[in-house]
Amino acid sequence: MTYEIILAGFGGQGILFLGKMIALAGMIDGKEVSWIPSYGPEMRGGTANCSVVVSDRRIGTPVVTRPNVLVAMNRPSLEKFESTMQPGGHLLINKTLIEIPHTRQDIDVTYLEITGLAGELGNPRMANIVALGGLIGRVGLVSRDAVIEALKKELSGKKAALLDLNLKALDAGQQAALLPA
Amino acid sequence: MKVLMKGNEALSEAAIRAGATLYFGYPITPQNEIGEYMSRRLPTIPGGAYIQAETEVASINMVYGAVSTGRRAMTSSSSPGISLMMEGISYLAGAELPAVVVSIMRGGPGLGNINPEQADYFQATKGGGHGSYRMIVLAPASVQEMTDLTVLAFDLADKYRNPAMVIADGNLGQMMEPVELKDSYPNNYDHSDWALTGAKGRKGHTITSIYLDADEMEDYIHKLYRKYGEIERVETRHEEFLTDDADVVIVAYGIVSRVVRSAVELLRAEGIKAGMVRPITLWPYPKAVLRKLADTAKFFLACEMSMGQMVEDVQLSVEGRRPVYFYGRSGGNVPTPAEVVAAVKQRM
Repeated sequence: MTYEIILAGFGGQGILFLGKMIALAGMIDGKEVSWIPSYGPEMRGGTANCSVVVSDRRIGTPVVTRPNVLVAMNRPSLEKFESTMQPGGHLLINKTLIEIPHTRQDIDVTYLEITGLAGELGNPRMANIVALGGLIGRVGLVSRDAVIEALKKELSGKKAALLDLNLKALDAGQQAALLPA
Repeated sequence: MKVLMKGNEALSEAAIRAGATLYFGYPITPQNEIGEYMSRRLPTIPGGAYIQAETEVASINMVYGAVSTGRRAMTSSSSPGISLMMEGISYLAGAELPAVVVSIMRGGPGLGNINPEQADYFQATKGGGHGSYRMIVLAPASVQEMTDLTVLAFDLADKYRNPAMVIADGNLGQMMEPVELKDSYPNNYDHSDWALTGAKGRKGHTITSIYLDADEMEDYIHKLYRKYGEIERVETRHEEFLTDDADVVIVAYGIVSRVVRSAVELLRAEGIKAGMVRPITLWPYPKAVLRKLADTAKFFLACEMSMGQMVEDVQLSVEGRRPVYFYGRSGGNVPTPAEVVAAVKQRM
């Protein structure tokens, strides 16, 4: 199985970190992984996105053009990438910030109050980790144990105090994704 | 132990572990993580120094001075900045100095853009600078190779007293992949017979590339070319993928070779006997393997992120015995496996 993932939102939503956690967890799971940001001259307030590949096989290009997993954290991201998805792919929509519905009928779609759930935890900046929980709850993608190990690895030293909140956000996203829409 | 690192950062750490303690550079995207990393790490290393030079011209000349002392030093830049370094690279080759230059190619010509391209192949492999010289050019295709070939670049530079370039594109610089680094790499070259280390108690050394007498200059150039011949014989490196029975041989390097590998698998699944040759050294170029494959292959396809540069080396290698075609994308677009498959089928 090869997951070709695009994670998209606006700057400050932790998109690149989310991607790194997926890649790191995939590596811990023993998969081949790659991560690459869209590093163009992005406009302030515009979209930020990155490509992540998690695969059982050697990875060709790290740049994903036809994703089978898409996380849309804001409306421009949904509008930009939905049409590029492979049939049968998984789309995770941040319902809190996206007021329009999806249009594709040939994909699996999950609506999740990503930013809302992060807000309930007291920190809207946890939205990326709520989304990560949503992904492992709905798509699988990488193992929960590996994600936790990845978060522990990344949130060490000065950042260790943030680990608890991140784990709560992960749970919140995972549980919400398991509920029927 | 494997760690997840960006290409630019992994390359920098590998250089440090290979004993490069001196870095000189000027910022340019998409290779800024190299300077950033070096500026953080090198001041913590005994004898280490990071200098942000005023220009790329200054950077390469600072490298010239630093390596003249026998120490490992490097610079890095991207396309327009590498253009500015060409004079210095010619001087390094002319003075037989072992320097490592990292080139993370972006879109061009001119200011271009910051997207990945491979359009500086000619610049790297065919001179760029003036005069009769050659530069060793290594082309990684993964973050792991960004580290391995950087270490090799330092070794080859020292072994042959010649500048060596690691050439990659914006994608390889920016992407993260798992990578395994050794704690340190051997750095045992003895430079005591030429390096400028203070001449107290011994005869002075001179580092120069000026030979005013025609015969003296010619002798010196012949000496350089004996060295280049040796490098071609000993240091040519490539990888082959499913070429044994290949009717179609696709030639690609760097990031494009990964796309081509996927394309070869797709073609094979359709019963088309495709294979790939991936040059790892762009100079010296793996001519012999292509010449040999021309005995059995029906045609060759060079695939690059440019309008066609390496394709000329494929043509030179094949010596007109088989058709050599080209497929490329430009401006920062990366070819897809499906495009490469279509390019092959179109020529069948």
